[in-house]
Amino acid sequence: MNTAMVAGVSLVYLLAMFAIAFWGDRRSGREGGIMQSPYVYALSIAVYCTSWTFYGSVGLAAEQGVHYLPIYLGPTLMAALWWIVLRKMVRISKINRITSIADFIASRHGKRPLLGGLVAAIALVGLVPYIALQLKAVSITFSVMVDHPVAADALVGNGAFYTDEAFYAALILAIFAILFGTRHVDASEHHSGMVAAIAFESLVKLVAFLLAGAVITFVLFSGPADLFDQAADHARLAQLFHMGSPGDYGHWIALTLVSMVAILALPRQFQVAVVENVRERHVRDAAWLFPLYLFAINLFVLPIAFAGVLLLEDSGIHPDTYVLALPLSRDWTALALVVFLGGLSAATAMIVETVALATMLGNDLIMPALLRLRWLRLDRRTDLTRLVLRIRRAAILGVILLGYVYIRATGDSLALVGMGLVSFCAVAQFAPALLGGIFWKGATRQGALAGMAAGFTVWAYTLFLPTLAHAGWVPGSFVADGPLGLAWLRPHALFGLEGLAPVTHALVWSMLVNLGAYVGVSLLSQQDAIERIQASLFVDVFRLSAGRYGISRFWRGSATVDDLFDLLRRFIGEARARRAFDEYARRHGVDLSRTRDADAELVHLCERLLAGSVGTASARVLVSNVAQGEVVSLDEVMEILDEASQVIAYSQKLEAKSRELEAATRELRAANAQLQQLDRMKDDFIATVTHELRTPLTSIRSFTEILHDHPDLDPERRQAFLGIIISESERLTRLINQVLDLAKLESGAMRWYPESWDLKRILQDAAEATGQLFANKGVRLDLELPAGPVPYNTDRDRLMQVIINLLSNAVKFAPEGTGRVRLRLVQEADVLRVEVEDNGPGIPEAEAPHLFQKFRQVGDVLTDRPPGTGLGLVICRRIVEHLGGRIWVDPRPGEGARFAFTLPREASPAGGEGVSKGAG
Amino acid sequence: MSPQSVLVVDDEPNIVLSLEFLMKQAGFDVRVARDGDSALEAVRQQPPQVILLDVMLPRRDGYEVCQTIRANPEWRDVRILMLTAKGRQIEREKGLAMGADDYITKPFSTREVVERVRAYMPQGET
Repeated sequence: MNTAMVAGVSLVYLLAMFAIAFWGDRRSGREGGIMQSPYVYALSIAVYCTSWTFYGSVGLAAEQGVHYLPIYLGPTLMAALWWIVLRKMVRISKINRITSIADFIASRHGKRPLLGGLVAAIALVGLVPYIALQLKAVSITFSVMVDHPVAADALVGNGAFYTDEAFYAALILAIFAILFGTRHVDASEHHSGMVAAIAFESLVKLVAFLLAGAVITFVLFSGPADLFDQAADHARLAQLFHMGSPGDYGHWIALTLVSMVAILALPRQFQVAVVENVRERHVRDAAWLFPLYLFAINLFVLPIAFAGVLLLEDSGIHPDTYVLALPLSRDWTALALVVFLGGLSAATAMIVETVALATMLGNDLIMPALLRLRWLRLDRRTDLTRLVLRIRRAAILGVILLGYVYIRATGDSLALVGMGLVSFCAVAQFAPALLGGIFWKGATRQGALAGMAAGFTVWAYTLFLPTLAHAGWVPGSFVADGPLGLAWLRPHALFGLEGLAPVTHALVWSMLVNLGAYVGVSLLSQQDAIERIQASLFVDVFRLSAGRYGISRFWRGSATVDDLFDLLRRFIGEARARRAFDEYARRHGVDLSRTRDADAELVHLCERLLAGSVGTASARVLVSNVAQGEVVSLDEVMEILDEASQVIAYSQKLEAKSRELEAATRELRAANAQLQQLDRMKDDFIATVTHELRTPLTSIRSFTEILHDHPDLDPERRQAFLGIIISESERLTRLINQVLDLAKLESGAMRWYPESWDLKRILQDAAEATGQLFANKGVRLDLELPAGPVPYNTDRDRLMQVIINLLSNAVKFAPEGTGRVRLRLVQEADVLRVEVEDNGPGIPEAEAPHLFQKFRQVGDVLTDRPPGTGLGLVICRRIVEHLGGRIWVDPRPGEGARFAFTLPREASPAGGEGVSKGAG
Repeated sequence: MSPQSVLVVDDEPNIVLSLEFLMKQAGFDVRVARDGDSALEAVRQQPPQVILLDVMLPRRDGYEVCQTIRANPEWRDVRILMLTAKGRQIEREKGLAMGADDYITKPFSTREVVERVRAYMPQGET
């Protein structure tokens, strides 16, 4: 393919990315811009997949089999923890206006420039190879496209830089990064355009790779089964299906761990996942979308690698370029172009990396240094916003050129994957301070400094120097025999640790040293006031709301409003500064133009706004220059923080208390409802008793008054009226007695006199006592009793009361003249049963269940209510239950009711007591 | 039609007996009903001037009887005196709300009952 064509297509594609970025920036202002989509967020995190993935995975798979997988396994595992880890980082960063990972670590440890500077420096040194890797990939694949077939050793640029494709690629990408990565002076603001372009390139590289994989698998071969069968027959490939020595497992674990960390700590990942995050809940969606992406993009890695080995192994083509070389070998130009563009997309990950690095360098390395240089008189300049942006843009250019210089210097010394892993190990040095910082309050700045410095030194010694040695910049004997011939200092076998892959070896030592120093020094050193505050704000970010326990509470100095405004204006511009102050004044209802001294909150606001532009450490320096006084003492900090945690503990206690109270209230409410019901029942009872008492009393009074007022009444009438008075008086007496009986029974105050009796005799006595009633109404009473005596120990009078009551009821309902009532005693195995049966109308089924309740009389349906108090059956039930038996009614409507009760064969336990508790 | 008729409605035979005696002594024409249905039947046959109406009645209670009578405009001249053995204020109010003209609590003074009934009789026709 000719150069012009490939270059032209590349240029058109990059212009398309420019357009998308431009469009993304234009739309960012509106609600529902592309940043609102969790898919865009997840796709932007896929910036993780660079040229290394696109080309390098195939190369590694072709040479070492499944060893390419841990790089994707790690992030997948970490994604499961994102809701805990990443969300916390996002929350902290939003509150503190964090602009980069260097800023994050510096802010956590007291906002001192030294720590941020160290992180920025490590990132720069560690990531230049990575950026170089991307440039190298672009340049190699460009060569492959133009000169296919090309041998592996003839790849990287030997000509002058202006004939080198990598140089031009570097320039274009730098321009892109400058245009879309430095649009705002506030680096904590979102770069919508850049994120849109990155999401787009993530989609392109995925589609391109899947397309290439599908075509190679299904067109070059007849499906995966065919391809894998052929691979299994290939002597070298067959071996790749097996895991090797135990050291391989260690290597696996090491790679998995390092990539778990990289997905959080790589500056570009921090940029897209934390700084560019607009919604915390996107983290949850990305936690499954991103692993899905990784799965998809790895689907065809093995098939392509196997195809490459099977078809191209003998041609001397570098395995890293198989994915491109396979279509080219068949002259599938279109597919090759698509793949090339996919690879180019993957390489644009460098843009984000560069922007992130430049922000770090500007805010954490260059700016603090410039601020120290008094002779620059930065504090006199009126507008520093352009300076801040210029520094950042220069840093972008510098970083990319450094990457270019690196590939020119080291040549083709390392495969793509190798270079990538060197960078991964470098950023892994951030992990202890990064993760420890958000979960361990005790971690100190000295600990973080010591850990990172030590880990980085080991990394440089065991990984970075050897790559330089490989390129011939350092004598080769340094790696082979150790410096000065000291074998125990050999970079790949430090202190005699041999048999590990260089990366694993470096990782083991650097992390050991890093963690050891971090924890050890942290435990031995003291935090100062600001660091103590920041540690609490970071670790307890979800508990301490920034508003209430923000740093302003710890600020005691004073600054004038004018000084602060002046400072802000110079770094973020007049308009934004004015807006911020107006907003503050509106929210707090103050007139800042008439206020001289700024309160702590305004000072803090300025610091946060500055932090977005120049980083937290520089912001701290700037504000403390303007503001007199310092933060409160460490003791006071502890006090305030303790108070905060006490408030939290107290509120938790309050919550528990209020839960208890709620439960108690519920119980009380239930008890109260029950009481109210009892009260209503008592009320009803009293009303009914009153009614029942007043009724006979009414007749008595009426007739008494009639007799009194009419002395001349004829004797017959006089006699009749007096008879009524007597019978109503009796009724009244009966009622009063029954109410008293019931009260005694219910309260348990009834006295019982159990004696040995013949039960048959008691029944006969009761029949005799009611004989007159039966005779009066012409009702016949039949007794069905056993032949012999039935000895029974009981209270005769109470039992008589029950039977008489039942007999009176029966006669009341039995028809006059033809009425028949049967009184029966049945001896059963364990009980004695007494039955009273009449041939009256029976009882409606619905009435039966209420019959034994107070003042329930059958007869409401009758024209004549039967005389009675409505308490008789209740008293019967109480007595029978007290004697250990049961009473019920067989309603038999239409046939006549049958009442029955049982008595236990053995005298009831209650029967033997003098006074006992009633059954209710 | 006797101009001064009383309908006594109660389910207690002895109370009915005493009221019947008292009303007759006072010179009124007296009819008797033992439950709500027969009370309404009696009114339907010939509306009395005054009804002495017990509240606690079988079949249809006094409130209902009172309401039914008040619902019929033809019977709006019928005076209703409620009788009850339940002396609570709520019952009194309910009775008046249902359209009763007066309310007498049992046990009552015989003289008072007679005077009240007389007071509710249409004037000028005595």
